[in-house]
Parts: sequence; C-alpha cells; structure tokens
Amino acid sequence: MEYIIEMLNIRKEFPGIVANDNITLRVKKGEIHALLGENGAGKSTLMSVLFGLYQPEKGEIKVRGKNVNISKPNVANELGIGMVHQHFKLVHNFTVTENIILGQEPIKGGRIDIEKATREIEQLSKEYGLEVDPSSKIEDITVGMQQRVEILKMLYRNAEILIFDEPTAALTPQEITELMHIMKRLVEEGKSIILITHKLKEIKEAADQCTIIRRGKYIDTVDVKTTSADTMASMMVGREVNFTVNKDQADPKDVVLKISDLVVKDSRGLKAVDGLNLEIRRGEILGIAGVDGNGQTELLEAISGLKEAESGSIQLLGKDIKKMPIRQRTELGIGHIPQDRHKHGLILDFKLAENMVLQTYYKAPYSKHGILNEAAINEKATKLIEEFDVRSGQGIHTKTRAMSGGNQQKAIIAREVDRSPEMLIAGQPTRGLDVGAIEFIHRKLIEERDKGRAVLLVSLELDEVMNVSDRIAVIFEGRIVGIVDAKDATENQLGLMMAGIEDPGKEGDQ
Amino acid sequence: MIKFLSNEKNHVFLVPLISVLLGFLAGAIIMMITGINPADGYRALVKGVLGNPRKFGEWIVTATPLILTGLAIGFGFRTGLFNIGVEGQLIVGSFAAVAVGILIEAPRIIHLPLVLIAAAAAGALWAFIPGFLKARYRVHEVVVTIMLNYTALHMINYAIKALPGSSMTRTIDIHMSATLNNAFLSGITGRSRLHLGIFIALVMAVVFWYIIEKTSFGYELRAVGFNPDASQYAGMRVNRNIVYSMMISGAFAGLAGAMISIGTFNYARVIGAFEGYGMDGIAVALLGSNSGLGIVIAGFLFGALKAGSSSMALASVPKEIAEIIMAFIVLFAAMNYGIKVLLQRLGKERK
Repeated sequence: MEYIIEMLNIRKEFPGIVANDNITLRVKKGEIHALLGENGAGKSTLMSVLFGLYQPEKGEIKVRGKNVNISKPNVANELGIGMVHQHFKLVHNFTVTENIILGQEPIKGGRIDIEKATREIEQLSKEYGLEVDPSSKIEDITVGMQQRVEILKMLYRNAEILIFDEPTAALTPQEITELMHIMKRLVEEGKSIILITHKLKEIKEAADQCTIIRRGKYIDTVDVKTTSADTMASMMVGREVNFTVNKDQADPKDVVLKISDLVVKDSRGLKAVDGLNLEIRRGEILGIAGVDGNGQTELLEAISGLKEAESGSIQLLGKDIKKMPIRQRTELGIGHIPQDRHKHGLILDFKLAENMVLQTYYKAPYSKHGILNEAAINEKATKLIEEFDVRSGQGIHTKTRAMSGGNQQKAIIAREVDRSPEMLIAGQPTRGLDVGAIEFIHRKLIEERDKGRAVLLVSLELDEVMNVSDRIAVIFEGRIVGIVDAKDATENQLGLMMAGIEDPGKEGDQ
Repeated sequence: MIKFLSNEKNHVFLVPLISVLLGFLAGAIIMMITGINPADGYRALVKGVLGNPRKFGEWIVTATPLILTGLAIGFGFRTGLFNIGVEGQLIVGSFAAVAVGILIEAPRIIHLPLVLIAAAAAGALWAFIPGFLKARYRVHEVVVTIMLNYTALHMINYAIKALPGSSMTRTIDIHMSATLNNAFLSGITGRSRLHLGIFIALVMAVVFWYIIEKTSFGYELRAVGFNPDASQYAGMRVNRNIVYSMMISGAFAGLAGAMISIGTFNYARVIGAFEGYGMDGIAVALLGSNSGLGIVIAGFLFGALKAGSSSMALASVPKEIAEIIMAFIVLFAAMNYGIKVLLQRLGKERK
C-alpha cells in the first residue's frame, strides 16, 4: 500500500539538544498510526516539523509520494494536513459555526454567509457521526464536544491527514471511548490519522501501526495487533517496565486523619461533599476511587485548606483543623501534591530553586530575620533534584515553566515528601505523565507509607488506585459508599460501587 | 561579536540598548523627513543635557522623579499589579510633603524625614484604596486607579487653595527646614535647581532591589503576583500581600511627588492637567526591565530626552522630536521579544 506521509531521517536540533535524531515515520493511507514516546522524547517536535512550525536540519518529507518543503503551517494546510492540538484553540463566546469558519468565512454580497456554513457543518457532522450542534456556543458545550469542533474544523478545511496531539488528556473515560469510535469512523471514510500519545491502552484499542521514539531517536515501527503492550512499553522506556507495583503488606498503626460528617460546597454552592466519614492510619495508603466530579476535588481542598468546609470535622492527630489557615496545616504536617500542578503546585515563572521552598521560604535556614539565604535555598534545591532525579536544562536555575510535565511533578513530590509530613495527600499525582515517571511516583508514595506516614491517594485511574493503595474507599456523590481491602477488590465490584451501589458483594461469593 | 549578540545571557542589557538605538534611529529618520539634519538635532540634545553644569543639574532634576515613578510602576509589575495610579499617588504625595512642610515647624533633622515620610505615606494610603478593592472585591486596579487619578488631581487642587496663605495658583513656600534644596549641589551645577532628591531616588532603587530580590517578604509578593492560587496553596496570605504591594508602589510614587514639590519648587502648584510623570514611569519601568538598576538607567535616559528637548527647540528642532524618540524607544522596548528572536536567529544563521 502507498504511503501518504513519509518523514525520512529527520533531524532537528535545538541549542544544546538534538530533539529528533534520524527519525523516520511512514504513514499509510487510511490507517491510524500511533506515535509513542515518553514526555520529551521528541514527538511534538516531529509533528511540528510535519506541520511546518520547525524546519528540520536534515531529512526529507514526502506527501503522497512527492517531495515537499513545508515551510509554514499554511503549506501543511494546503497539503491536507490538519492538527487537533492538545489545548484547543477556540473562541469561547463564538458559536461552533463561527469557530469553524474563522479565517475561511464564506462570503455572499460582502457579508458572511452563516447559513451556508451552518448547513455545510451540519452535513459534515452527520457524515462522520460527530453530533455537534453548529449553533451552540463553545462555552456551553463539554470538553469532548469542543474537541469534535476542532476535528470539524479540520474536516471543513478538507484535511486528509489528521494529527491528534494527546487527544485524551482532558477527556472522561466515556468521552475517550467515543473519540476512539470517531477516529475509526474517520479512517473508514478515507482519512489517515497520526495519534500522538503515551497511553498504551489507547494505542492497543485504536491504532494499526505504532512508531516508537525514545530520547529523540527512532526505535521501531511495529504492528499493534501482534505486539503486546508490555513490549511497546519497554521499547518506549528502554528497559523492562513493571506495571504491577511491588510492595510489602501494609502495617497500619494509629489514626492520623479522621474526617466526620464533612460537608463541603462546590463553587456553585451545591454540596459536593455531603456527610463524608473517613479514617486514615499511619503506615497505609488509602486510595479514593470514583468517577470524576463526585466530590474528590472538594474533599482534597477541604483537607488542605484551599476551601472552607461547611460543617463536620477534620482531625489531624486529634486536632480539629477544619478552620485552620493553610500555613498552620502545613506546619502541623500536611504534605499536598495538588491535582492541578500548574495552578496550585508551582509558580511557573519562578526558578526551580525558588519553587523548592514554596512553603518553607520564611523559616531558617532559608530566611533569617526576613532576609532570604540564597545559598541555603540553592543547596537544598540541588540536593532534592539529585535525590529525586529532577531533570532540567539549567539545573536549579531553570525557569520552572521550561521544564517537562514529568519533571515538574517530580519537583513537587520532592518538595512535599522532603518536608516529611505526617500525612501526604496526593491528588492525581501521575496525570499526564509517562510510564517511567509513574513508576517513580508510585514507588515514592509507597516509601512514604513504609516510613510510617499516612498517604491519601485520589485518582481517576482505577488501575492506579488498585495497584498502589492498601485500602480503597469509593466515593459517590460526596459520600464514601464503601471501603474495601485492595487485595480483595475487583474492578467489577469497584465499578458497581462507583456507580453508587453500596454493597454489590464479591464476585462468586454467594 | 555575533556570538556576543546571540548569547542569551547578554540579552538582559542588549535588548533595551538596541531599543534605545532603534528609537534614536527612528528619530533621525523623522528629522530627515522634516528637513532637519539629524546630526544638528542630536548635537542640540546632547548640548541641552551636558552643555554646561547648569544643564547637567537640570537633567538630574528631571530624572529624579522619573526614577521614582519608574520604581513605583516596576514594583507593581513585579508583583502582578498594573498601578496606573502612580500619577494620582504622586499628586497626593507632593501635596502631603508641602502641607507638612508648611504647617509643622521642626528642626531640619526631624522635619525633612517627616515630610518625606508624609509623602510616602500619602502615596501609600492613596494606593491602599485600589489595593483593598482588588483584594476584597476583585475590582480591577486599572479601573480604580485611573478614576482615582482624577479624584486626586481635583481634590489636591482644592486642598492647595485651602492651605493658609495660598494664592489661586500655588501655596506659600515651605519652611526651609523641610526643603531638599542644597546650596552646594546648586552651586557646583551653575545655580541649577539640583537638590538632594537624586540620592533619595538612588537609595530607593537599592531598597526596591533589596525588597524584591533579597527578602522573604519580596519572595511572597512576587509569588502572589505570578500565581495567587499557588501562593494560597503555599499558605501565603494572598489578599494582604496584594494590598502591601499596592501600598509600596504608592509609597514610591508619593516620594516622586515630594521630589517635585519640596525639591524642584519648594511649594505646591495648582495644575490644570496631569504632568505625565506617572505615565512616563511606565516607559521607564518597561525599558528598565523592572529591575532597580535598569530603572535608574532608563530614568536618566528619559530625563535627558525631556530636559534636552528645550535646547533642541532653541536649535530650531521641534521639541516634539524628543517626544517622538521617547515614544519610539517605548515601542521598541515593548517589542523586546521580537528583538530577542532576531538576535537568536543571528546566531543560528552564522552557524
């Protein structure tokens, strides 16, 4: 079969690093071709070369067998290459139609012919089963729908080759399933897809071929049907990957955190946490499983102090901390790996060293009489980045914004763990990270447990909760519907509990 | 050479420098278009600043308040605030200094610090209003401060006339124990109006740098400015810090006002419209990359353009040329990203 895209021996350098070193990617017409690699492996660079954002130092690009020079994104568009970016580029108070035609408005008598555009978009939407309403505003539709608008945008521009950059990062599990269907449908209609991801599950589910790159180098292109996920994972990471987490039996001791009848309202004033009870002991990892939006965020915020609880009590080592300011909670021994690392976890415009003392900057040795001690801060930061293997361009002097997501997260974990808190709260600590970083973070959480700390893990990934936790509490509509031992838990049982069924009983346990 | 230009470490000073050079180049082109020999124009400008000791003194006099308004704006920028109310805080500060200078009698050693503190406190207090409204009710500081500028202008014009002995246009002179005037400085600069204020401005630039870079307080203010959510997560008191940042910025602006009222003039004047020190401060802070040293240098540069423009007029170069150059420098300084990219590309093409 003919190749629609051939990127041959591409080399792209940036000052100090070779982002793409002799990479070859060949995509056949009508296939879903996955591009797999860890964060920072060079996937985005390669796609930027294809999209005309970067010029390669070496190598050639062929589209439909012809040599092309893609000097800018417009050339890529003309060649029928379109990209769905990870962060959507939509105008929020415009309608779907207005967003799609932006830059290519059909004109009739000097005015935009919005009716014609709407009809065309409706037609396209139907043809590919996207079910998008062209007249609704972007701000009123879900993230999944917004992504479909991005897809429609490309189809409207007659794109033949669609690049999806980490398309599932912001989607719920249901939306992911629907997206997979849409992608298959697109391929059936004759489009070709390049899927950039580091999630093996999605590749197994949707892709035909998979090209793996590691640290800027081409590793292999494999047939997805005949290659196991484990093999692809080890090709991506460069060594054997352990999906199951090795850990000893937990040895729980006295209660560290006790939550009773907690009520927390969300930003709309509705009770997101509604009479929740929970106990976490020293030396155990308690995992909270649940579908997104069942009060997990509000629970974490109430414990950490980011949001005030309505009623009930939160006791840390016997002290009620419900109304305590955040600083006091931190000093009492709460470590918090926040769900949104860019919003809460880091000051991205600070240097890495400055971020490493975000809660301790005012204390000796980092400050004396209100004067910062830069030497002490730098020394601490250097020690932490070595110990936690945080990689960055200019070490502790790197602007945190310039670091990869995985390394940013490692930096937060280093900071929080190093304060040796009594209680470590981890909100989706591995979201968006690659296999290597995930393994590392899981190991650190277990180490903390073994040191006798209490660990609360909230994650939307059921696999993660099941693998890492000792006990699993299932949250549904702001309450804990049940707590099970992680050893005995099954996916089916947890799934039913996540849907609100209190005691489904164990499988085969009649 | 090219290596030097494309090295990112040198961009801190190269980019502003290039902005300035481009600004002068643009000014030269404008002069040529209007039939003036640019060499004549710039000779007049340099003469207007360095031509004799008196002109040199007047240059420093003009630069002094600009450095302080630059620091005021820069402090806001560094802590995530756009304090467009420097103009109003300056007016309030200049009046407070004069009021204390007239109404109170005290020995110089007490009186002079007292008027300066009064000016800084008045500026800080005037800035407290937008700071509080932003912290408490999330009202954007730009809207509040713009309106407070007009409030300050008219309120202070009224207050000036209410002071004992004031005419319709100005107050009486302050007690000499409160003045920044200095016979020695004036003497060595050919009886210019040069006063002690420049030392205060320079000390304040050091204070600015020290607070921002070296103290845990400054660390907190910067953190809140960059990311209030993460600052809250880290246990900082976000709202309180917003108010503090605004007040410190206002204190710098108030001092700038004192430089004019008890340094340049020794009395407060009823003014019909804003004199633009606050707005020029934006340009100074922008060109000085919001750093203490950068603001001092930029303050002297803009001071030179302002002070030298009258000499240009004498050499039959329109005064407005100096303003056009200033505007171009600001324009290029605002395009600093583009200049950086060009410098980097220079390095790449060489390879």
